[in-house]
Amino acid sequence: MVDVRSGIGEAVPPAEVEDVELYHPHSWWTRYVFSQDAKIIAIQYSTTAIAIGMVALVLSWLIRLQLGFPGTFELIDAERYYQFITMHGMIMVIYLLTALFLGGFGNYLIPLMVGARDMVFPYANMLSYWIYLLAVLVLAASFFAPGGPTGAGWTLYPPQAILSNTPGGRDWGIILMLSSLIIFIIGFTMGGLNYVVTVLQGRARGMTLMRMPLTVWGIITATVMALLAFPALFVACVMMLFDRLLGTSFFMPAIAEMGEQLEYGGGSPILFQHLFWFFGHPEVYIVALPAFGIVSDLISTHARKNIFGYRMMVWAIVIIGALSFVVWAHHMYVSGMNPYFGFFFATTTLIIAVPTAIKVYNWVLTLWRGDIHLTLPMLFALAFIVTFVNGGLTGLFLGNVVVDVPLSDTMFVVAHFHMVMGVAPILVIFGAIYHWYPKVTGRMLNEALGQLHFWVTFLGAYAIFFPMHYLGLVGVPRRYHELGDASFVTDSVHSLNAFISVAALIVGAAQIVFLFNLVWSLRHGREAGGNPWRATTLEWQTPETPPPHGNWGKELPVVYRWAYDYSVPGAPEDFIPQNQPAPGRMSHEAAS
Amino acid sequence: MTVVMVFLAVIAVIIAWWLAQQRLASKPWLEVGHTHDHRGIEPVPAAKIGLGVFLAVVGALFTLFISAYFMRMASSDWSPMPLPRFLWINTGVLVVSSVTLHWAKVEAERRNDEAARTSLLVALAAGLAFLVGQLFAWRALSSAGYLLSGNPANSFFYMITGMHGLHIVGGLAALGRVTLRTWDAPIDRRTRLAIGLCATYWHFMLAVWVVLFALFSGWANDVVDLCRQLLT
Repeated sequence: MVDVRSGIGEAVPPAEVEDVELYHPHSWWTRYVFSQDAKIIAIQYSTTAIAIGMVALVLSWLIRLQLGFPGTFELIDAERYYQFITMHGMIMVIYLLTALFLGGFGNYLIPLMVGARDMVFPYANMLSYWIYLLAVLVLAASFFAPGGPTGAGWTLYPPQAILSNTPGGRDWGIILMLSSLIIFIIGFTMGGLNYVVTVLQGRARGMTLMRMPLTVWGIITATVMALLAFPALFVACVMMLFDRLLGTSFFMPAIAEMGEQLEYGGGSPILFQHLFWFFGHPEVYIVALPAFGIVSDLISTHARKNIFGYRMMVWAIVIIGALSFVVWAHHMYVSGMNPYFGFFFATTTLIIAVPTAIKVYNWVLTLWRGDIHLTLPMLFALAFIVTFVNGGLTGLFLGNVVVDVPLSDTMFVVAHFHMVMGVAPILVIFGAIYHWYPKVTGRMLNEALGQLHFWVTFLGAYAIFFPMHYLGLVGVPRRYHELGDASFVTDSVHSLNAFISVAALIVGAAQIVFLFNLVWSLRHGREAGGNPWRATTLEWQTPETPPPHGNWGKELPVVYRWAYDYSVPGAPEDFIPQNQPAPGRMSHEAAS
Repeated sequence: MTVVMVFLAVIAVIIAWWLAQQRLASKPWLEVGHTHDHRGIEPVPAAKIGLGVFLAVVGALFTLFISAYFMRMASSDWSPMPLPRFLWINTGVLVVSSVTLHWAKVEAERRNDEAARTSLLVALAAGLAFLVGQLFAWRALSSAGYLLSGNPANSFFYMITGMHGLHIVGGLAALGRVTLRTWDAPIDRRTRLAIGLCATYWHFMLAVWVVLFALFSGWANDVVDLCRQLLT
């Protein structure tokens, strides 16, 4: 492509962004197993995350079987129940959502979307995956350890987490859990450095920050947050390991167990809560921001319309990222903290609603009078908006101290966080997989199976989590293995619980359809071609599909426009790829 | 958590300062053509940026430890631990290591390969000596009866110095690799960069150590009191 130097007096960038020294694999092992190619690493991350996610799915079935039909299954005693809810929560939040969004989508999409050949530190990127795999294996090992996995709840609050009455507290469970988290954080840091530096240094010529697709903005902001927030979890885990193994008293107050005074004394469980939620709240947005970004791109592409308010969307992502570091104590309203703190954190929490609402309005306004194609990615994107608004509204309830205190530790909280950071991001993950699967494999996913998967998952998720709000308002507490016959537990609670459980079983089964689709379409899917959605962003403009090692063939792409040139008046097609020069200059080029 | 909030505020200012130069208020939908890309001809090496980001993460880690230290300090069972004088020598050794490493960087840039090699070796030896010194300090303390689980002050001392030591071990591994590389071949651009990165890391770990030393010896108490006053 001829270099166009029409902007007189402007800084003209070098003819070629410095090409990275690309690592060339020599054998099957280094190509597909110990690969340093971000795309392979992305697939490895995704498969591992989905595999361990299936474990979490089965655990959720077991949880629901117990809640819906208490006493029917002897296998699920109180201890196991606690182990199941703990492992379900931890796997979903850390090992599935975080790993899939940042390790999976981050690795696949960042280099392709910014026009780089690969991540800047491919070796560290490879290590990042193998360390993540080790973390997953350590986590999975706790199922087989004596005493089983920890049953401390996903928040792992001390002192109960390391006492003998909690499953795994005095056995291997909690040790393996904490070690696994520490390993995960080390591995993530290696990957995270890559994502940040690749966006900073690896962008193709012409790819300014304000031309990056919102997917990249979402992933990169989430990565920066994760890099700064995960150390808090790291510190908390290290300190708890010391308490458990070396007898220190960081978190452990003076405590008696089975009539015996333990050696601990003076420690502060609240200190752990501060550290945990200092990580835990940003974690919500670490999962949400990539989802925001991806869904913006899905909506724009499938509504054939530029994203409404791109600048606002970028600013909102950055502002949400910054604000999410000053709201953590809203998870601790019932910890007995100073009421002024509660007031402060309630205020910051509600302020986050402003940029978030801006994003929702912009998605809706992007859809407004768009040429909406109800493709599978679009269906999931629409489902996300609805679900996210739903979960966001209950967030306003829980963000207010006076409303939160009575609702705290009820099923209302469970319903809220499942809607907003469980179902909503997972809908985006599905949408994103339906959207990018053709690029990854060269084939489309089966449409009929996809429709079945979508409707069962979407409606089923509402059947599961809508009634839970009601359960919470009635006062059904979370984390209870059995409700017994307390006076507030009406018949409707029991029948609703049974209904929810049946819905959960069906939704779970629908995910097996999805997995089957993923495998089946690898060979039998319709050929997709390079750009089946007629999208503008760079990953759809690769010379080959699936993109080979090095992504771009001989020459790196040059970016001439932003990522949302859909339905531009006067253009021959309803999309203009980012690497297509301006029409006026094309003739100039032809002349030169 | 005040300490970590201050640290994050600094990071936020850096990010904001950088973003302010990225034309976030431009209207990308009106701008077609690649001349809107204002990046310079000579990009900063990726490894340099990578190290910067990594140091931010390490900084967050240690400020969180320090935050936890201050919060735990408020309990009544806290009794500060006397520090062995030995730690002054260790600090001196780490300073020597940092200075020689800086010198190695300067010499490498002046193309004095021989001098650079020598100072790298001195820095490496001083780094190792620091680690050994820290182990001696641990032994001195534990034989004086200040055991890990005896008091939270002791626990924090062992845990945080251990964490700092692990980071020094990592740094030594990198430094060792670079030193070996200078041994078989003349120092090229890549190696010079690597020496520079090692030096930056070392200065950072020295700074962390000085802060930790001030913390453990109680000079930071005034700061703690100030923090408390701000919080309450």
